[in-house]
Amino acid sequence: MIQLRNIEKVYKTDTVETLALHRINMEIDKGEFLSVMGPSGCGKSTLLNIMGLLDAPSKGEVKISDQATGALSDKQLAIFRNKRLGFIFQSYHLINDLRVLDNVELPLLYRNLTAAERTDLAREALGKVGLSNRMKHFPTQLSGGQKQRVAIARAIVGNPEIILADEPTGNLDSAMGNEIMEILLQLNQNEGTTIVMVTHDEHMASKTHRLVRLFDGSQVQ
Amino acid sequence: MLKNYFKIAIAVLKRRKFFTFISLFGISITLAILMVTTSFVDHMTGARYPEFKRERSLYVHSFKSSSKKGYINGGEPSFYFLNNYVLKLKTPEMVAICSSPASSNAYVNNKKLKLDIMFTNRAFWDVMEFEFIEGKPYTQQQILNGEFVSVINEDTRDAYFGQGVKAVGKYIESDNIQYRVIGVVKTVPITRMFSSSDLYVPYTLPKSGIETKGYMGNYMCVLLAKQKSDLTKIKEEYNQMMAKLPLADPKEWDTQESYADSYVGSFIRRSSGPGSKLGTIYFVIGAIVFVFMLLPTINLVNINITRIMERSSEIGVRKAFGASSGTLVVQFIVENMILTFLGGLLGLVFAAIVITIINTSGWIPNADLSLNFGVLTISFLLCVLFGFISGVYPALRMSRLQIVSALKA
Repeated sequence: MIQLRNIEKVYKTDTVETLALHRINMEIDKGEFLSVMGPSGCGKSTLLNIMGLLDAPSKGEVKISDQATGALSDKQLAIFRNKRLGFIFQSYHLINDLRVLDNVELPLLYRNLTAAERTDLAREALGKVGLSNRMKHFPTQLSGGQKQRVAIARAIVGNPEIILADEPTGNLDSAMGNEIMEILLQLNQNEGTTIVMVTHDEHMASKTHRLVRLFDGSQVQ
Repeated sequence: MLKNYFKIAIAVLKRRKFFTFISLFGISITLAILMVTTSFVDHMTGARYPEFKRERSLYVHSFKSSSKKGYINGGEPSFYFLNNYVLKLKTPEMVAICSSPASSNAYVNNKKLKLDIMFTNRAFWDVMEFEFIEGKPYTQQQILNGEFVSVINEDTRDAYFGQGVKAVGKYIESDNIQYRVIGVVKTVPITRMFSSSDLYVPYTLPKSGIETKGYMGNYMCVLLAKQKSDLTKIKEEYNQMMAKLPLADPKEWDTQESYADSYVGSFIRRSSGPGSKLGTIYFVIGAIVFVFMLLPTINLVNINITRIMERSSEIGVRKAFGASSGTLVVQFIVENMILTFLGGLLGLVFAAIVITIINTSGWIPNADLSLNFGVLTISFLLCVLFGFISGVYPALRMSRLQIVSALKA
């Protein structure tokens, strides 16, 4: 499903070059739930961003569903992300000016759907995360766990093949974290969605199919 | 999609009320000034009472003689020139001749009343479309007979005879000359120099200045075309006539210039000299308007950049979920247009207030500034232009933001 070949990422400033990822090779199968662990600054989020086509590698190739992504234009990348990828961020990144339903509808705005179709799909996604009764609330009126569930609804509303989650439970207490993890596991099991999750939590990682460890930008497990 | 843009635009406006106030205040004041200016220009140059035929009229109110030595003598044309040369042109349907209003004094109850007198020919009443409250204009026969008749305006009637008192058949005396009033017309704003006066009298009466034999005097004229497409022909015929016009004084002058221009063109040529290039002057005016719009636009661009960059997380999320840079540029421009149109609506209210004040204050006597369809259309286009220009740069800058950086900010 996802193939990474010799991925390197170098951050350059005027005086310093920092190697964030070093020769990462990885294959993630369709329907797999993979967790990525490692100490802070080891390149976990950078790797996830590269997998999600949010950032470009300095070297190497990213293939998703056998399609090489390196030569895609800004517009093609946008379409690719919209149709195939869903993102969940540690700090939710909900748009506070929009109601929950509008936040969830956001990925559908960039597809050729009518307003009614968008609303139906968003309602359905919110139903899956148990937030049907919070559709008209604003994000600021929700708890951390609820916000992350809205973010999950937003990630799954377009029915993507892959979900990339960057420490989705990092800002939550253990009970809420478990709830979120449960939703992700259900998604993986019931819908067959491929999930890559960055986490610091061994307990959460143990629930996934496979664990990859990074250290100083290199894969160590 | 547009509904979503609208929702977010309104939400952003509500979020930072002080910024919103500054933006809307700047936009609305700028647009209000532009709307009042447009209305004023429309008042000055549009086809308004009684000069409804401006679209198919050409105006002559300057004449210039110059010598190789560098001497120049410029001013208004004489009745002699208009009557003997311009009136003989074949392409105009009619030629309205009128003098510059001459100041005179009348006395009512021992109080001095300053009255402007305009000497006109008969065609003046056909080219202009005055609204007669009473009576009618003087006839060609009355002009030829030199009858002391006059048409007065409503304000003069009210001041001289009393508010609303019938004046036709009565006499009005100004500068010791008695005129029999044969008509009362609705007053023309003072800004319409080809038609504004207090008294209109036949050009054959004393003090009209028609006896001047040179080409320069105190008259002007309006050449009316049968249809708008004839204007070029009239200009050509006028220029041919000027080319053949004998020099008034060959010993003193080498060239003579006079042009039949559109209403605006005639004013520009008059204020900048008869030989001026109209294209250059239009360009300079356009540049001034552009600079006037540019300063508030730059200010709004800065405010917009601050506003947009505050939303970098939103930009990151939208890009992550499938918005291309182009889509985001459109979104932010549309949002800015919405802001501009809200400012435009407020500006419209301010403009309406200012226009009402101008119309009722008497700063411009009998001013009839209005926010008519033409003014509103131009205002709408200005809003579009202002919103677009001030939104493009911030939107382009924002769209270049990397997703990862946007999400971290």
